[in-house]
Amino acid sequence: MSDLLSLSLTEARDALKAKKTSSVELTEAYIGAMEAGKSLNAFITETPDKARAMAKASDEKLAKGEGGAMEGLPIGIKDLFCTQGVLTSAASHILDGFKPEYESTVSQNLWNAGGVMLGKLNLDEFAMGSANITSHYGPVENPWRRTGGGNQKFVPGGSSGGSAAAVSGRLAIAATGTDTGGSIRQPASFCGIVGIKPTYGRCSRWGVVAFASSLDQAGPLTRTVSDAALMLGAMAGHDPKDSTSADLAVPDFEAALTGDIRGMKIGIPKEYRVDGMPEEIDALWQKGAAMLKDAGAEIVDISLPHTKYALPTYYIIAPAEASSNLARYDGVRYGLRVDGDSLSEMYENTRAEGFGDEVKRRILIGTYVLSAGYYDAYYLKAQKVRALIQKDFNDAYEQVDAILTPTAPSAAFAIGENQDDPIKMYLNDVFTVPASLAGLPGISVPVGLSGDGLPLGLQILGKAFDEQTVLKVGHVLEQAAGFDALPGFLAGGK
Amino acid sequence: MSLDKATVAKIAHLARIKTDDAQLDAMVGDLNTILGFVEQLSEVNTDNVEPLASVTGHGLPLRADEVTDGAYPERVLANAPDRAHGYYAVPKVVE
Repeated sequence: MSDLLSLSLTEARDALKAKKTSSVELTEAYIGAMEAGKSLNAFITETPDKARAMAKASDEKLAKGEGGAMEGLPIGIKDLFCTQGVLTSAASHILDGFKPEYESTVSQNLWNAGGVMLGKLNLDEFAMGSANITSHYGPVENPWRRTGGGNQKFVPGGSSGGSAAAVSGRLAIAATGTDTGGSIRQPASFCGIVGIKPTYGRCSRWGVVAFASSLDQAGPLTRTVSDAALMLGAMAGHDPKDSTSADLAVPDFEAALTGDIRGMKIGIPKEYRVDGMPEEIDALWQKGAAMLKDAGAEIVDISLPHTKYALPTYYIIAPAEASSNLARYDGVRYGLRVDGDSLSEMYENTRAEGFGDEVKRRILIGTYVLSAGYYDAYYLKAQKVRALIQKDFNDAYEQVDAILTPTAPSAAFAIGENQDDPIKMYLNDVFTVPASLAGLPGISVPVGLSGDGLPLGLQILGKAFDEQTVLKVGHVLEQAAGFDALPGFLAGGK
Repeated sequence: MSLDKATVAKIAHLARIKTDDAQLDAMVGDLNTILGFVEQLSEVNTDNVEPLASVTGHGLPLRADEVTDGAYPERVLANAPDRAHGYYAVPKVVE
């Protein structure tokens, strides 16, 4: 069983095509792995019966030499994607019992490509968080343990924490995530796996529970860069049901992984050397730059002058959009209802009980910055600074093809840390938020371990709709780093 | 700028979230911490900068103004906490 679980997504695809294994066999191995990994709390809902039926259908196609790009591959879906007839919770109490009557475009694309659904993965409530500790269904545990650190439990990052923990601990061969300010890349870094946020508009947002609509993007969390290329290709594509979805053909992302980055220019932004960043992160960043240089790229020092304003800009824009998006949870059409004597009281009671503290904080901040008299000072100001942040990147891409940065300013921290002050938690996303505000693609690739044995990732950022370069450079970095450390918990054993 | 308890209570009412006294005290502190953090944007010169609402720069696509979906009330109402006569049901609004 452990042999099957150790296959990457592309390896399993090749094994299925070569009939070395079957989807039913692979899927049964993962159903067993989900059971073995229950203590991680990575899944909110498991759908083993659905998985078995889908695997059987895939095997019939594979037997005839048919099937799509993801045929027979058992994956997990972040519980922010609507899945027809299967509880879709956004990890919130307020969506109690919600079983969508429709399927999100991204998950439908994956099923059309032959993917097999293992279940729905835990996350921060409404994807608001960087540690997966705000879920109504409880925190997710990172499968990694500190070397010699006993049983201390670490966060998997967030908000796609269940996705990252499941892929890292081999409870799923790959998983979907969503990234609004770093929610794919930061958990990928914390769990020692690969995560790519594509360009805003590359994947449809239709049927994805909305957090901040001008920022939200779906993407895959996988074990390798090749896997990310494969799965992103299956998720992406124009969708008339999402007016912000880009009407562009989806390139063959796997074909972009040529291994050749000779002559490419890679930018190192000086503003990402932030105060208080651990020495080992800086060292890893320099090591990553040296690897790309050895592969024939030219390293160029660049400046992104408005970097320090990205987080404060994000913490106006994202809550503003969230307060508007989350107005729909009113106890009338779906989910939780808490009765009251009047309609207004029913709304207030439902939202008081249904939302957790972090979600309430963001709704209140968002309501305030959009309110009469403060709109210009906060929201409009933030949109202007957002324009400057985007301009910084546009200017930089006159000089370079891609940008290399750390993914996060630290390794995973222990469950319970960074909870005393919301700003401390927000700082986790200091390196991922700027590209989110500019709508640009970014990938996190595992490159090394911290002094106490926890994984650390580096991030490659690219130009709009140039995921191919991001993947190509990420692939070279992955090959050079040769990251092969394994987490403390691994379904099926090592 | 700093929020007081009465202002936070007003925002909570605007957002239709019932908040008791103890929760309000905690929220006042948290919200002021966040507002203090975002305050640093005031030091950025944004004269003559157009606000960015859409990163793609694309306009919104248009289509013919016609019904393309619908006619399945059962599915629309399937998740309703309460329903009556083919409608969502809510507490009485008019006496």
